[in-house]
Amino acid sequence: MKPAALPRHGPRRAQLLVVDAGGRITHHPAADLPRFIRRGDLIVANDAATLPASLAATHVRSGESVEIRLAGRRSLEPDAVTAFTAVVFGAGDYRTPTERRAAPPNLAVGDTLAVGPLRATVAAMHDHPRLVDIRFHDSVDEIWAAFARHGRPIQYAYVQGPLAMWDTWTSIASQPVAFEAPSAGFILDWSTLRALRARHARVASITHAAGISSTGDPDLDRVLPLDEPYVISPATAALVNRTKQRGGRVLAIGTTVVRALEHAACRMGHVRSGNGVATGRIGAQTELLIVDGIVSGIHEPGTSHYELLRAFQEDDALIRMAAEAEEHEFRAHEFGDAVFMERSADLGAACVASVPTPGEIRALS
Amino acid sequence: MTHPRLQPLRAAVTGGTSGLGRALVAELLRRGARVAFVARHADEVRRTTHELQDSHGIVGDVSRKDDIYPMALQITGTLGGLDVLVNNASSLGPIPLALLADTNCEDLELALATNLMGPFRLTKALLGSLAASARDGRHPIVVNISSDAAVTPYETWGAYGASKAALLHLGRIWDAELRSEGVRVVSIDPGDMDTPLHELALPGADRSALRRPEEAAREIADAIAALTSAPATTTDREVLQ
Repeated sequence: MKPAALPRHGPRRAQLLVVDAGGRITHHPAADLPRFIRRGDLIVANDAATLPASLAATHVRSGESVEIRLAGRRSLEPDAVTAFTAVVFGAGDYRTPTERRAAPPNLAVGDTLAVGPLRATVAAMHDHPRLVDIRFHDSVDEIWAAFARHGRPIQYAYVQGPLAMWDTWTSIASQPVAFEAPSAGFILDWSTLRALRARHARVASITHAAGISSTGDPDLDRVLPLDEPYVISPATAALVNRTKQRGGRVLAIGTTVVRALEHAACRMGHVRSGNGVATGRIGAQTELLIVDGIVSGIHEPGTSHYELLRAFQEDDALIRMAAEAEEHEFRAHEFGDAVFMERSADLGAACVASVPTPGEIRALS
Repeated sequence: MTHPRLQPLRAAVTGGTSGLGRALVAELLRRGARVAFVARHADEVRRTTHELQDSHGIVGDVSRKDDIYPMALQITGTLGGLDVLVNNASSLGPIPLALLADTNCEDLELALATNLMGPFRLTKALLGSLAASARDGRHPIVVNISSDAAVTPYETWGAYGASKAALLHLGRIWDAELRSEGVRVVSIDPGDMDTPLHELALPGADRSALRRPEEAAREIADAIAALTSAPATTTDREVLQ
């Protein structure tokens, strides 16, 4: 399947595959999404704005140029921008496919990385020469100013031309905490939100620090997604819980929403508000407690996004979906077409959840 | 005198290093809001953040398209969201003021870029944050600083007046369209004030006859407090008169 090479947003340009609870597949213009939404449904989107998380830097000890891709953080507090997990590439930029990117110089704890006016220290190495924890030593306002001035959106070689920040913000983008765009949200423009409400559906949001989708290194890609902090507001938690009580469907816009809501599920059909860190992968073995359907981009088998869809539908339906997408020339990846998938009626929800520990969830107020 | 508390409002003010904008940053801080402001000159931003403790200074020019998203990133990044946006930064157009027939096209373009396109772009970039604030049960607002020149066709105020008239109308349409998202857009005319902009427009005017920007800032902060503390009602018009 071809990737979408241009950052086009909104429902008017994209196509939509619909996979219903019976595994039947149809295709439509993406603007028709509201037709598949019912009275009483709750649509939950990730309202994270996207950081310009690609930072051109110099590894001071060797003098070599590197690209730092911010990839993980521990909390969503506005001041929590001094410490990140990051993937480091050698010289070059997005025009080289990630799998062909040069390795960075040998990094060691204590090394200094210069990012514009900022100085970052390598605080820890992980079990991979590209994966590090870094710590900035500047003030929070200086860090934000430098990200704004020197950062670029993380970009892959199949997207033409340099991306601007506005290409990577969804219409509902709010707090800038995502490392890559929560791209399923590109399907929502303001007129679509109106159309959803006109169908007596509700719209809510969570904020989830969507991580990077690919590093080009098979060993690293296997550990993706990294742990991702999220916050669920009391208003959103109440809407989710009320929707479940009343028998409505909770429909996630994007895989990050599925991760957050299922992680925050503490018992059947019930989520807790507050901060959490979504860990682990959702896949064929996961029994979904909250989410009844998902709008997602089209992703290739083997990616964590595709694996997550296996929690919604049998492999047979996913294989047919891929064939249908291929036949109708759907475009893949973050600026591509979309799929709306209902949870298969054959994959009943069960009352088994991994309950977040108290340390992972704390009340907001 | 007690003021309605603005805490924990998160507010952003453009044109925050002088005149009404600076007075408004100070007033909002005094009432407990978390405040970010934008201005063009790095040294003045630094000086203002030093003088107004706890403010977040951002260097940027609202008339420049490429500055808008970096501004929005820093505003929502440092504040963790946004409840109040005050589009205050303004350009007079030609200085000294000129008859329209003597106005360079570039001066009209600059007035439109600063007074119309800038507020439009910044509001659009921050709309996600404002709508998120509404979903959390708050009552977010955009305040566009207006002028009687938006309504009355004063001679020699063509570039400024036309751009402010367009902003006023843009604000009305924003407000009609965004009510369903829980976001209000209002225009406030602070009157003639003793500010650098006024000095540029009418050099040598009798400053004692002009309002202090601090007084106008208090009134605008009162209006912000009233509008953000309750859903939209028919009394809005009274609040703003």
